[in-house]
Amino acid sequence: MAKITLSKLRHSYFPEPAGPQDYALKEIDLDWDDGGAYALLGPSGCGKSTLLNIISGLLVPSEGNILFDDRDVTSLPPAERNIAQVFQFPVIYDTMTVFDNLAFPLRNRRVGEEKVKARVNEIAAMLEVTDMLQTRASNLSPDNKQKISMGRGLVRDDVNVVMFDEPLTVIDPHLKWKLRSKLKELHQRVRATMIYVTHDQTEALTFADQVVVMQEGEIVQIGTPVELFERPAHTFVGHFIGSPGMNVLPCEVRSGGAFLNGTAIALEGAIGTNATGDTQIGIRPEFVSLGKTGLEAKVRKVADVGRHNVVEAMVGETRVNAIVEGAAPAQGETVHLNFQPAQTRLYSDGWIATEPGEAA
Amino acid sequence: MKTEYQRAWLFVTPVLLLVAFNALIPMMTVVNYSVQETFGDNLFFWQGLDWFEKLLNSDRFHAALGRQFLFTGIILAIEVPLGVIIALAMPRKGFWVPVCLVTMALPMLIPWNVVGAMWNIFTLPDIGLLGYFMNHTLGVNYNMTQDPLAAWVTIIVMDVWHWTSLVVLLSYAGLVSIPDAYYQAAKIDGASSWSVFRYIQLPKMKQVLTIAILLRFMDSFNIYTEPFVLTGGGPGNSTTLLSIDLVKIALGQFDLGPAAAMSLIYFAITLLVSWLFYTLMTRNDAR
Repeated sequence: MAKITLSKLRHSYFPEPAGPQDYALKEIDLDWDDGGAYALLGPSGCGKSTLLNIISGLLVPSEGNILFDDRDVTSLPPAERNIAQVFQFPVIYDTMTVFDNLAFPLRNRRVGEEKVKARVNEIAAMLEVTDMLQTRASNLSPDNKQKISMGRGLVRDDVNVVMFDEPLTVIDPHLKWKLRSKLKELHQRVRATMIYVTHDQTEALTFADQVVVMQEGEIVQIGTPVELFERPAHTFVGHFIGSPGMNVLPCEVRSGGAFLNGTAIALEGAIGTNATGDTQIGIRPEFVSLGKTGLEAKVRKVADVGRHNVVEAMVGETRVNAIVEGAAPAQGETVHLNFQPAQTRLYSDGWIATEPGEAA
Repeated sequence: MKTEYQRAWLFVTPVLLLVAFNALIPMMTVVNYSVQETFGDNLFFWQGLDWFEKLLNSDRFHAALGRQFLFTGIILAIEVPLGVIIALAMPRKGFWVPVCLVTMALPMLIPWNVVGAMWNIFTLPDIGLLGYFMNHTLGVNYNMTQDPLAAWVTIIVMDVWHWTSLVVLLSYAGLVSIPDAYYQAAKIDGASSWSVFRYIQLPKMKQVLTIAILLRFMDSFNIYTEPFVLTGGGPGNSTTLLSIDLVKIALGQFDLGPAAAMSLIYFAITLLVSWLFYTLMTRNDAR
């Protein structure tokens, strides 16, 4: 187990990158504490798998260093880094039994057979696969195969970090939920540093204490699930997290205030000095309510998503989503929207441009 | 009442006719010959199972069968491991992949009698490239028309040259279908390269290798053209494999009855061995 430090990490798949566009990873600086549960969240192609492969040693970065507990491991091969990785598709050794599969990483490291037996039984019990230990691994169902893959990662008690690369991709939806909570439980029991890569916000937010959101090879925001939800540092995070995502409304900034469609909008705090580019107001649908007075809008669509209704209303040419509990207005009706000022932020060129208010 | 559509037969008839003319009727003709004796002029005499009994007790047949199993055994023992080793050594991507694949496929594209003729000329002691080199440069006495050992070595090397590619191509296809994650997981699990071969590559190649071995068994067990052109079964009877012996009996001596009986036994052996092998190889998968 170890603290992981990424320092000035850059990677390009081209031998001679010409500019920033050639980099799959653009300057990553990160510190991950020992024993934490982290998630790397981002859309496909954002560089999260590249980053993962660099940490595991399958890929050597073009620039920068990786440290495990202040020891530089940048050029060490995977086997010497003492890490574990679970892949998107279950990797199991078909010809072996489940027991031999779980014992494989230990036996390769010449661990005594007594200890192998003890560890395998312990892990099998945690994963609830004890009754399958003597069956051939090739006959298992996909979710059990993925459990075995995870088990192989957890069976060594001295691993520096366990990494999960979208491990639930091939799992049936009803089992996804089960495995996800299993993972969380495992983390609490083994207390190893775990990094979970995914493009699924639910998986990231339920698993991790800290989520790293990435886009186009850059880290956009690092924070707890609550921070990411409440105060996205970038409109991308606002869009990407939440269902539906944050409303991002083009606005005008003049004389220290923000105006949407000509109406002044109260913000969480003072507008920062960086508000010089394209400005937008960001507010989550959860914090938009309907009232007797307020911003006038016309309802375009109402979607009943079960627990609540998502009302899509037009303020001029701008679309605003609001989450409404209870009775929803009819289509075509004119409504008045109210934004909770403490949750209303200003973004400039995508980045947050308001000072945090006292309420926040 | 149940209606039966006899018209269905119409759809099956073309296939039935095709199978009848290219398999059933020729086969039954052979069965017919195998139980009779003929002296020409379409005169036939009933013999029952005499030919089968005689053949199974004949030293000549035993010798040819022994040579056949020896030949097939040796070429399988060479071609399968060699093919796998070459496939493992081939590049997985880049410019050299098509180059390797085409080079590998070349020997298989040459007509079989041409292969025999090529190797015949290649090994001629006085003018053949290999024959001359062996006899005049290395000073090794190598003449496959006189020395049975030289003849055996030559037909085996020829077959290895001609057919190892088949094993290579099939194994290669099996290898490239293994996802990268397996190799990455093995690296992380600290597996040695032997373990990677034993627990990842070999199991993933098993199916294509089964097919490769089966094809090589059947083809080599029935081999005729190349050794016939190369050695004609000689010197003496030393390279007279089953099919060469069969043709000698059928067309050389015109003993149709014994030849037919031999064909049937030959066929039964090929079928039996193939079936046994395939059943054994696939039985484990079901478990």
